[in-house]
Amino acid sequence: MGRGVGCNPPWVARPYFKRKEISCLAGTELQRDRTDAAVVSAIRSGDESGMAALYDRYSSVVYSVALRVLGDTGAAEDVLQEVFMQLWRNPGLFDSSRGSLGPWLAVIARHRAIDGLRKRRPETDIADVVVSVEPDLAGDAERARAMEKVRGTLGSMPSPQRQALEMAYFEGLSHSEISAKTGEPLGTIKTRIRSGLLALRKAFAT
Amino acid sequence: MSVHEQFAEDLALHALGVLQGDERVALEKHLEGCAGCRLELEQLRGDMALMALSTAGPTPPRRARQRLMEAVEREPRRAAVTSQRGWWTLVPWVAAAALAVGLVALWLQNSDLQRRIASLENQSAQESAELQRAREVVSTLTATDAMRVTLVAAKTPPQPQGKAIYVRDRSSLIFLASNLQSLPARKAYELWLIPTSGAPIPAGVFKPDAHGSATVINPPLPAGVEAKAFAITVEPEGGSSTPTLPVVMVGAGE
Repeated sequence: MGRGVGCNPPWVARPYFKRKEISCLAGTELQRDRTDAAVVSAIRSGDESGMAALYDRYSSVVYSVALRVLGDTGAAEDVLQEVFMQLWRNPGLFDSSRGSLGPWLAVIARHRAIDGLRKRRPETDIADVVVSVEPDLAGDAERARAMEKVRGTLGSMPSPQRQALEMAYFEGLSHSEISAKTGEPLGTIKTRIRSGLLALRKAFAT
Repeated sequence: MSVHEQFAEDLALHALGVLQGDERVALEKHLEGCAGCRLELEQLRGDMALMALSTAGPTPPRRARQRLMEAVEREPRRAAVTSQRGWWTLVPWVAAAALAVGLVALWLQNSDLQRRIASLENQSAQESAELQRAREVVSTLTATDAMRVTLVAAKTPPQPQGKAIYVRDRSSLIFLASNLQSLPARKAYELWLIPTSGAPIPAGVFKPDAHGSATVINPPLPAGVEAKAFAITVEPEGGSSTPTLPVVMVGAGE
């Protein structure tokens, strides 16, 4: 997949901006941004229809990550409910100037699911979570294309690397725990996790 | 802005929320003063968000949407509960304070107006009473059915008499006469104001009634003329601009 030539102005130097190709290819980047911003604005003003629109757009992403982590549909529904209600109660938690709504919701859902999996109190303050990337997931086509690319990237990784990354991401295991399970050195696990995340970044930057 | 290599791998673990113990403490302390590593952490969280897409596919059951919307309906949004408060969140409080100040100002203004209204009502009542007394005096003095009696020394035949009451500052003059002799046809008495300097000023033409009584109330006069005397002459019915001798009655001011 080629870059969205002409979508980003030449003065955009940050490498992760290249990920905007997803929405650039859809040709509706600005409109999409406005739409997400409009939805959040509606929620800020107490408009319940804004929540319905937000749910219809991102419930699948939130639910599927929670289900993958927890392996239980009822528990995943609880996470889904909790994430959206937190945003309803306090929409100021999401700062639209510092990232896209879809990735932010995915990160929050994963954190909450891991907390539930490990039977622990929430360890991450939502207000502190800043997701500085631009993969706009507002449209179905963009999400499908990004999904395909992520799966392709994970599939092309060496199995030990993918395994380390997935254990950290979906099971919330620390590098020490992964090392104990796999018998690999701590340093190796750390390197595999980081390089796995960087491989995803690279896939959307080229 | 670069990432410190010694923290590069810990940043990835921290983005995933799995960095623990001393390593986490050390990294968080470093992040406080390193913008480059903070930016890298945000980007790693973005990379992590992409991982969620590998799971995308399952959709929540329909009841989940209904459950959420029912919960939303049960919890109407509270105003401005954001942790990143903007100046606009203060607007309702500023407006409320301004309203309170405005209400106090209005209350004070209202109290002042009430006091002024009470004062004006009191003043109006006094003036109405004075006006009523003045009307009664004038009405009595000018009533055609009034009995006018002039008291003189016993066994003295009635003599023509006149009383002039003059207030210079208001150019107000009231003249009452009694026992006047009747006049020939087309003749009338004329009252004159004799100023301290200058020619006599006409002060009203009148004819006595059947009892010899007459009244002149506030004839047109120039303003502020000081009078030294009043006099009466007999003139044509239409009056004269200068008195015609002889003077039939005269009186000086006290």
